[in-house]
Amino acid sequence: MSTTSSAAGVAQQQPASAGRGKGGRTKVARSERARDEARLGWLLAGPAFVVMLAVTVYPILQAIYDSLFSYRLTAPDDKAFNAGHNYVVVLSDPLFWQALGVTTFITVVTVVIELVLGFALALVMHRAVKSLRGVLRTAILVPYGIITVVSAFAWFYAFDINSGFVNHWFAWLPGIDENLNWFAHQGTSLFVIIASEVWKTTPFISLLLLAGLAQVPTELEEAAQVDGATWWQRLRRVLIPNMKAAIMVAVLFRALDAFRIFDNVFIMTNGANNTDVLSLLAYRTSIGRLEIGLGSAISVLLFLCVIGICFAAIKLFKVDLAGARGES
Amino acid sequence: MSTRLKVGWGVITVLVLVYALFPVLSIFATSFKLPSELNLGTFWPGTWTTSNYDQILTGSAKDLFLPALRNSIGISLIATFIAVVLATLAAYAIARLDFPGKRLILTTALGVSIFPVISIVTPLFNLWRSIGLYDTWLGLIIPYLSLTLPISIWTLAAFFRQIPWELEQAAQVDGATSWQAFRKAIVPLAAPGVFTTALIAFFIAWNDFVYGISLTSTSAARPVPAALAFFTGASQFEEPTGAIAAAAVVVTIPVVILVLLFQRQIVSGLTQGAVKG
Repeated sequence: MSTTSSAAGVAQQQPASAGRGKGGRTKVARSERARDEARLGWLLAGPAFVVMLAVTVYPILQAIYDSLFSYRLTAPDDKAFNAGHNYVVVLSDPLFWQALGVTTFITVVTVVIELVLGFALALVMHRAVKSLRGVLRTAILVPYGIITVVSAFAWFYAFDINSGFVNHWFAWLPGIDENLNWFAHQGTSLFVIIASEVWKTTPFISLLLLAGLAQVPTELEEAAQVDGATWWQRLRRVLIPNMKAAIMVAVLFRALDAFRIFDNVFIMTNGANNTDVLSLLAYRTSIGRLEIGLGSAISVLLFLCVIGICFAAIKLFKVDLAGARGES
Repeated sequence: MSTRLKVGWGVITVLVLVYALFPVLSIFATSFKLPSELNLGTFWPGTWTTSNYDQILTGSAKDLFLPALRNSIGISLIATFIAVVLATLAAYAIARLDFPGKRLILTTALGVSIFPVISIVTPLFNLWRSIGLYDTWLGLIIPYLSLTLPISIWTLAAFFRQIPWELEQAAQVDGATSWQAFRKAIVPLAAPGVFTTALIAFFIAWNDFVYGISLTSTSAARPVPAALAFFTGASQFEEPTGAIAAAAVVVTIPVVILVLLFQRQIVSGLTQGAVKG
């Protein structure tokens, strides 16, 4: 790369020192160089940008378009514009509201559990002595590396009435005996689904919180300790307020991720016993039953829900995504 | 450290290890059970057998499992490679140059990463069928970019921001040509970040399930997670539990080894990309 971009790189490290040209360069030269840099910047970053748009914007536009037609692949010639009738059908279907309810329930419960558990794990990793730190961090990364489908099978087989050992191990607990079929009821199915989701994704939230913890100045905590604050007081008054941004980002990301839940539900119940989630409903409608019009409508509604969650998080909780991510 | 503290940390470490490893152990144990022992409700197999592994690697289920393994490796590697090349160029520009639209690119990456996969897959299913990409490698590689590219851009941009780019100038002052300066001073600093990003992107591609089950129909392109879900037993009376568990272990072990080897890099990559940006 040329010296031009080296100088630009230096200038970029101090965004406050306005503008490009240092010393006595003329305005013309400066703007010319800025133009060169903009051109090179887009030349390098453009392909990635175009690919990202192509793989998301195009499909969502197509989905919006398809959602306006009565369109079944089993009868492709009957494709006809039906002016939003698909949305009326979907929104007046109790199945949709059931799936939305279950999805929301799973999202809220997993995020709450993961926040508490993830924070506890982050504190453990943060405080652990050096010799243990590596072991703990490695162990916590294992669930992250395991594919969701494998984790779903592991949990499914553990609880399954035929091959499972959970019923035998926990038969002493009230409500559990050898004949308990976890996947025959909504509540118990959701329990296992949520447990597997929590197990698989807590490492991510816990690593984000660990990074947040590392950014809290140690002097603050030490000062509180000197002032005689208890562990709990230090946690509530010093640590948590100082890592609010990291917590918010972690919660938002996990919420958006949990809202798209699909793999474990597909493997464990495939939506039986009122455990259907939105992604599964969309999948079954469009790819299972080939109702492209209706399936697209559900896809668009799911997309709108995700945007809604983002918007609510940014407005209500004032999550500054870019800011919290350090982008200035 | 006091003994009480030592014991306390010992207990905590064991708890964390059990939490993190238990489901892995449980599927590992299942994969070594004889069919007759599967329904006994025990955790460990009474007699350890490799018959489930024989079945998926050389036996009756090898035509289901081996092509899926090949597809998963090939498709994930290619999707990772493309994402990392494109993201390296973009992240270099973001970290190094000042141009209008930098923020737009990062925001777009953020937007793409929260996009519900199912909203992409319905239109692609229809389009791929009509243009012949359904059930092909390319038909999965393209949508996989929606998973691998955004995180690659964020992670690499975070890595590249920390590189002291002045080094390059210093090398030039010492008489290196611009290419030499870039290669000798910057590439060695950037390589670990690129490698870590590739690893994370590969995990994400390897984990995909929705695209895998929606955009493929045969062993021509079906990746492992989808193949596991559609696995059926040797006969309709035999549950494929043992074979699925064995296949799950085979696809998990390499990933766990990678995690163990590169845990330090993965942690820094994940957290920097996500928190520090």
